[in-house]
Amino acid sequence: MAKHKKIREGRAIWVAFLALIGLGLLVAVLLRGNDVILFNPKGLVATQQRRLMVTSTLIMLGFAVPVLITLYFFAWKFRETNPKATHNPSASRGKLLMLAFWAMPTAIMLILASLMIPATFKLEPQDTIKAEKDLLTIQVVALRWKWLFIYPGQDIATVNYVQIPVDTPVQFQLTADETPMSSFWIPHLGGQLYAMTEHNNRLNLLADTPGDYEGSAAEINGAGFAGMRFTTRVSAQDDFDTWVAKTKQSPAELSTPEYKKLLGPSENHPATFYKDPDPSLYSTILSKYAGSHGGSHDHQTQGAGEH
Amino acid sequence: MKEFWLGKLGWHALPHEWFTILGSISFVMLGLTVIAGLTYTKRWKWLWNEWLTSVDPKRIGIMYFIVGGFMLLRGGLDAIMIWLQQSLSSGASHGYLTAEHFQQVFTAHGNIMVFFVAMGLIFGLINYIVPLQIGARDLASPFMNTLGFWLYVAGVVMVNMFFLFGGEYAATGWLAVAPLSGKAFSPGVGVDYWIWSLQISGVGTTLGAINFIMTILKMRAKGMTLLKMPLFTWGSLCSMIMAVSVFPLLTMTLFLVFFDRYFGTHFFTTDAGGNAMMYTNLIWMWGHPEVYILMLPSFGVFSEIVSTFSRKPIAYYKSNVLAMIGVSSIALLVWLHHFFTMGASAEVNSAFGVATMIIAIPTTVLVFSWIATMYKGRIRFTTPMLWFLGFIAIFALGGISGVLLAIPPVDFQLHNSLFLVAHFHSTVIGGVLFGIFAGLNYWFPKIAGFRLNERIGRYAVWAWIVGFFVAFTPLYILGLMGATRRLDHYDSSKGWQPFYIMALVGGLIIAAGVALQIVQIIASIIQRKRLRDPTGDPWDGRTLEWATASPPPSYNFAVIPEVKTRDAYFEMKHLHAPKHAFEDIHMPKNTASGIYISIFAFLAGFGFVWEINWLAVVSIIGIIVCLIARTFNEDSEYTIPAEVVRKMEKARTDKADTHRKDSRDDEDDMGLIEFAKTVITWALGIALGIVRGKK
Amino acid sequence: MTHHTNAEAISVHEEAANDRVMFGFWVYLMTDLLMFAILFAVYAVLHGNTMGGPTGRDLFNPKLALSETLILLTSSFTAGMGMIAARRGIKRQVLVWFGITFLLGLAFLGIELFEFAEFIHEGHTMTVNAFLSSFFVLVGTHGLHITSGLLWLAVTLIFVIKRGLNSHLVRKLALLSLFWHFLDIVWIFIFTVVYLGAFV
Repeated sequence: MAKHKKIREGRAIWVAFLALIGLGLLVAVLLRGNDVILFNPKGLVATQQRRLMVTSTLIMLGFAVPVLITLYFFAWKFRETNPKATHNPSASRGKLLMLAFWAMPTAIMLILASLMIPATFKLEPQDTIKAEKDLLTIQVVALRWKWLFIYPGQDIATVNYVQIPVDTPVQFQLTADETPMSSFWIPHLGGQLYAMTEHNNRLNLLADTPGDYEGSAAEINGAGFAGMRFTTRVSAQDDFDTWVAKTKQSPAELSTPEYKKLLGPSENHPATFYKDPDPSLYSTILSKYAGSHGGSHDHQTQGAGEH
Repeated sequence: MKEFWLGKLGWHALPHEWFTILGSISFVMLGLTVIAGLTYTKRWKWLWNEWLTSVDPKRIGIMYFIVGGFMLLRGGLDAIMIWLQQSLSSGASHGYLTAEHFQQVFTAHGNIMVFFVAMGLIFGLINYIVPLQIGARDLASPFMNTLGFWLYVAGVVMVNMFFLFGGEYAATGWLAVAPLSGKAFSPGVGVDYWIWSLQISGVGTTLGAINFIMTILKMRAKGMTLLKMPLFTWGSLCSMIMAVSVFPLLTMTLFLVFFDRYFGTHFFTTDAGGNAMMYTNLIWMWGHPEVYILMLPSFGVFSEIVSTFSRKPIAYYKSNVLAMIGVSSIALLVWLHHFFTMGASAEVNSAFGVATMIIAIPTTVLVFSWIATMYKGRIRFTTPMLWFLGFIAIFALGGISGVLLAIPPVDFQLHNSLFLVAHFHSTVIGGVLFGIFAGLNYWFPKIAGFRLNERIGRYAVWAWIVGFFVAFTPLYILGLMGATRRLDHYDSSKGWQPFYIMALVGGLIIAAGVALQIVQIIASIIQRKRLRDPTGDPWDGRTLEWATASPPPSYNFAVIPEVKTRDAYFEMKHLHAPKHAFEDIHMPKNTASGIYISIFAFLAGFGFVWEINWLAVVSIIGIIVCLIARTFNEDSEYTIPAEVVRKMEKARTDKADTHRKDSRDDEDDMGLIEFAKTVITWALGIALGIVRGKK
Repeated sequence: MTHHTNAEAISVHEEAANDRVMFGFWVYLMTDLLMFAILFAVYAVLHGNTMGGPTGRDLFNPKLALSETLILLTSSFTAGMGMIAARRGIKRQVLVWFGITFLLGLAFLGIELFEFAEFIHEGHTMTVNAFLSSFFVLVGTHGLHITSGLLWLAVTLIFVIKRGLNSHLVRKLALLSLFWHFLDIVWIFIFTVVYLGAFV
């Protein structure tokens, strides 16, 4: 009986090892040729986020892996079919060890917190990014189920398409109109931020590599949620200027009746281009919901609370 | 006229889509089978008297297991539907579900698993085991116990009611964030079903939590101070104190959502001054502690299992207790980490991030205490111990991913992605569910009188562990690839499909694990005579529940033991406790009040869902009348005289074997092949019997 | 474990049960307090959202609120006197003191309903804006609790008349008194935060 058990236990450990390796191989194979976006950042913010993620993970694994190995090692070493193991029901009574139990994870958490707190302040999305080039402001309105981009400085507007010049600090001002809470996310460039009615959140990003990147809505907001995707094109400054000039020649104009049409629900909306958006459109949308708190919610840069 | 009597109900509400027709037929067939079986075996009276109106926490515990287990299958079916849709719906294909339907499926999946599976099974365990562990005969309030159970059942019925009437459930995600859950964006009855299934069962949970706290704090055996209590009782106490602190928040928040939808108030609307962000805060102030409410009892279960199967008392008991209290307290302070991305300042975000990280400290101390317990122990790899070993790996993964998510800038990239989904499934499956499975395996001999088949149990553990890693590793990776959760469709160019398919395969392996668990139970029933636990102590246990028979008599202990140490029973075994004289035992009478009140509660909720106002009003009056009738009933107990107790005990001990069979000898447990043979033989026997009967 | 006679054992058993029930009721009161805490928090967040309409300062009548407060405080006093009588087992005094409590409670409700009716008549209903929603639900929930308490009190007093003042009913009255004092305390907060707060 004991022999059966020993064989079974030994076999189980081998199977576990092999299965783990098999899993790793399978995953590696599946990953070939794929873009693991969070490890492949194309913007300043995303790069720093990746660094923080990798460093924190390594610190945690550095602590957790030895602990887990110890646990499984003890499980194996002190199994009852092991005649060499000593059995001592009174083992583990020392006070020093107990203090160590509490001290070790506390130390790890202190280290992580010392990384996390400065990083949270440094990577505060509502703060503008200091760079050589001037800030480009784009006003974003979450609609059902599409994203409206208004370029106040360039007098153009787009739906489900946004183009920005490389190495330029961009501030996306986010709100929503007749739409539940939505989340604006371009994972290649940085993290997400919510776009909500009567609130004006600001997401600051800076792209450092030209290319086409997909953005999406990351918070469920109704039936057409999965199709609420948009293209982000990062191009050189000249290409950007060319594009702006071309869009200004668009036949379509973002007038008030045109905007009202956009307010109606539509799914998988194709990229659309407009000229001459009403310059007060964004503030009109914000103030539509205002009067509640005596003014709409403008989240200032430094030290902003929720209201 | 029709509108007065039927509200918004009409022909259109009856099932007319493929899944509502399928679901309705399934439930109706199930119901008819049960009714037929009960009628054929003439067991209606027995069912009513022995089970449905019982206030015995052992009976109520088993009923929780049955309902919770059934809901596990229902929620698991939802999971398979999700896996299937996401594996198919790439590029040109949109899968087999519409977006609206898919959104309802994962909403139902989340609600069912958290409220009706996890809470149900945990309440079952606490009901059955805690009174035995503290030397009590019953809970403090038997009436509140049965009422809490039937309110839970009313919630179960409500969450499945949409199959029959209405055809839609909430499509908002399991917590129905505002303003998506408001009338403007969710005009149908789905969110209303969501409100009332959670509200009714939530009240049941609150009552249960009050009851458990009263019991643990006021009904322990003489000599059992708080620091001599078993750790499962400690975990349950911490969990229930949290529950009593936060379920009122859920109750009130659900009422506010209801008022917005039913009366047109403006708590969370986008117009007239409503504040949707406030809903997010309120619901997560409940929601985060809720997941720790689910986790604490599992921590307690594992502490007991590691100790028993290492043949050692738990190391650093006081640290272990402090750690559980620490987790419970801090859990109340971290809710904002669920919405770092909503726009709070860096000060607020980092404060909550730090608080969230701090929870990892007591959790790690628990792991250390388990390691120290195993050190120089003599470890037996029974099925409960295997569940523990699986839990450690999976829960560690969940913990690490959790601390990662607690870092706000990192969370900005991972929020609402499949990485998040993988994280919470790691902790909930690896932690909560494995703990429940381990506890059920561990205490099954006590509950049923025979132990479970160890062989098939091992297969089930492996299937779950392997299935978990195959199903959720791809989800971690998909999250890192920028995949958002809850998508009903995605572009084929993203390269996500192979990972979704791998997840589906893992899901099917988990389904095999569930099937193996069912087979394990059936095989154990078939071999129950051989697997019998004659002594009440099959594992050489350490705590008081093992001092009673398996299963225990209705009064648990003929004489309440006096406790002198921690691991009370272990000491008693070796010290030969002196004999005590028998006394009269006061027992609570059965009552149907819990059933009646819950029926009225269900009808009131149904009336609110369909705006059948007269029904809601009449049902509320019904609740009040039943409550008055019950609480002013002064005749709710009966007494078992001491002489009768003596006779019952003598009859019990005469029947028990004095020979202690080593139940660790599991070489004769039937394997899968033998099981298949048995079932086929039995089925053939029935078929032949029918054929011969026809002749 | 010492051996009790069966007669002594019953009263020990009942005493333990009473202790448990009182403790459990305290726990329940804490959950009720938490529900009110949510409503206070909601009111704090939403009370400024009048969408340009009238504020609390424009609508509330502080004299009315003060009279409600005094009535409720007095009713707590009379409930206390009734409880003393109950512990002494004097049935007639119990009925008198708790009867007065009942009438005072009824008066409180009457004033509150009058206030609500006035607002509704002038078009300030709870569906108009978030301020009114949070006001009506906070104060209304308290009023619903008072109503439940009055119903509970009426039924208990009826049973006292029918069955006499037994230990079971004395325990009921003790729980009811706790509930009543609790509602009084919550009202003090409502009076301060909602009514007085509007005029600060």
